[in-house]
Amino acid sequence: METIKIENLTKYYGKARGIEQVSLTVKAGEFFGFIGPNGAGKSTTIRTLLGLIKPTSGTASVCGLHIDTDRERILGAVGYLPSEAVFYPRMRVKDVLKLSADLRKKDCEDAADGLCERLRLDTSRKVEELSFGNRKKTAIVCALQHEPELLILDEPTSGLDPLMQKEFFDILRERNQLGTTVFMSSHILPEIQRNCTRAAIIREGRIIACDRVEVLAKTNTRRVAVRGSVRLEGLDGIRDRQESDGTVSFLYSGDIKQLLRSLVDGHIEDISISEPDLEEIFSHYYEKEGETR
Amino acid sequence: MILVKHELRQGRIPFLIWTASIGGLLAVCIFLFPEMESQMEGISDVFSSMGSFTAAFGMDRLSFGSLMGFYSVECGNVLGLGGAFYAALCGVGILSKEEHGRTAEFLLTHPVSRFHIITGKLTAVLAQVSAMNLILYAASIVCMTAIGEDVPWKELTLIHLAYFLLQIELACVCFGISAFMRRNSIGIGMGIAIMMYFLNLVANMTETAEFLKYITPFGYCEGADIVTEGCLNITRAAVGICAGITGVIAAYWKYGRKDIH
Repeated sequence: METIKIENLTKYYGKARGIEQVSLTVKAGEFFGFIGPNGAGKSTTIRTLLGLIKPTSGTASVCGLHIDTDRERILGAVGYLPSEAVFYPRMRVKDVLKLSADLRKKDCEDAADGLCERLRLDTSRKVEELSFGNRKKTAIVCALQHEPELLILDEPTSGLDPLMQKEFFDILRERNQLGTTVFMSSHILPEIQRNCTRAAIIREGRIIACDRVEVLAKTNTRRVAVRGSVRLEGLDGIRDRQESDGTVSFLYSGDIKQLLRSLVDGHIEDISISEPDLEEIFSHYYEKEGETR
Repeated sequence: MILVKHELRQGRIPFLIWTASIGGLLAVCIFLFPEMESQMEGISDVFSSMGSFTAAFGMDRLSFGSLMGFYSVECGNVLGLGGAFYAALCGVGILSKEEHGRTAEFLLTHPVSRFHIITGKLTAVLAQVSAMNLILYAASIVCMTAIGEDVPWKELTLIHLAYFLLQIELACVCFGISAFMRRNSIGIGMGIAIMMYFLNLVANMTETAEFLKYITPFGYCEGADIVTEGCLNITRAAVGICAGITGVIAAYWKYGRKDIH
C-alpha cells in the first residue's frame, strides 16, 4: 500500500518556483529519505502534503486520503516534526504536550512520559527558556506521542547533540519496525544513508533521482587515492582532484583499464580505490544535472 | 472548546491589564463626580461655550451637572476609546499572530479544520470582549452606588450596550483583517480604533460631515443622543452590525483557503 503518493505536484509562490512536477511514492512501512539543499523544495513538498499550502497543480494522497478533501483525517494519522519548532509563549513543556494531545482528542500521557524520559526533556520548563535543541525535543514528543502511522520529519536532527541524535534514530527505527512509515527530509547525507531504505533527491524544485539508497550510492564512480607520483593527464572522467602531502585523490568514472595503465607507469607507494559515499554521489548528481542544463 | 480555552489562557494578561485600566479610569471618573457637581455651576458654562470643541464631545446637548451627562462624556470617552483599542487589538491579532509568531505550523498540523480554528478564535475574542464589558458595567454600578447616586439604569445600560456593540463591530472587522495579515498587525488595529474615534469628533463638529456617523461605530455611541433620545440610532447600529458580519465572513473566506507560511 502507498502511504504517500504525489503526482505531478507543482507549487508556485506568485512567480517564484516552489516545486515543479514532483512525483513520488512512499510505500507503507518504508523509511524514506528526501534529500536536497536548502531551498530545493523539500519543505514546500511537505507543507503541501500537510495542507498548509495549496498546490498550483497536481495531486497527492497521504494514507490513501486526498490532500484537498481529507486534510483533518490526514493530520490525524500523521506526526509532523517541523524544522524549526516554535511554541506559544508562557507555556510549559507539559502544557504544550497536553495541548497537542488534546487537539488530537487523545490521552498520550504515558507515551509522552516515556519519550520525555528517553530524550531527557524536563517538562516543567517554560518553552521560551528552552534551548533550540530542547525545543526540538518538545516537537519530537509532539510528533510521536500519539503514535501516528506516518511520521513526516523536516530536518529532524538540527539542534540535537550526537547522543540525542542516536537516541532519536533509535526511537525512529523502533517505530519503523512496528510499522510506522517514516518520511524524512534532510541535507545531511550520512543520516539518510544510515537510516533510510529509499530516497529521492530534489534539486531546484524537481526530483532528479529516486531509488533505493544502495542503488543511488552505486555508480561506476570510484574514489581513488594514490600516494606517490602518477601521471593522470590524458585520463578522461576525473573529477574533484585534490592533492596534499604527496597524495592525490580524485573521483574516477572513466575506463578502469586506462586508469590501471596510468597507475602501472607511475611510482606508487600506496593506493586505495573505494566506493564514494553518498555525499560525493550527491554532488555528482548535481553536477550531472548542471552539465546537462 | 480546547482552542477557546487555549486562546483565553493566552489572552488573559492583556485582558486583565485592559479591564483593570479601563475599570480603574471609570471608577476615578465616577468618584470625581461629587466634587465636580459642587463646582458645576461655573464649569458647565465653560464647557458649553467652547464652540466646536463642545460639539465634538456632545457637551452642547448634555449637562455636566447631571450624573448621566457627566458619565456619558467622561466615562464614555474612557470606555469608548479604551474598549475600542482592546477590541481592535484582540481581533486584529488573533489569526495573524499564528503566522507572525510562527506557531501556525504547530496549530495547523493538528487534525483541526480551519473552520473550527476560526470559530474557536472568534468565540475567544467575543468572550473576552463580552467579559470585559460585563465587568465594566458592574464596576460602574458599584461605583455609582458607592458615591450615593441613584443608578440611571436605562441610560447606563443603553450606553454600555452601545459601546459593547461598537467593540464587537470593531473586533469583527479587525478579525476579518487579521485573516489577511501575516505580520504583526497591532498598528492596524490601533489605527482603525483611533480613526473611527476621530471621524466621530469630526462628524460632531460640522453638519456636512454628519454622514461619517454612519461609518464610524462611535456614531451610534454618542452619549448625548442616547441620553436625550432614550434609544440607540438603529440605522447606524444596523450599518455597524453589517460591517461586523462582513468582517467575520471575510475571515472565514480568506483563512479557509490561505497558504500558511
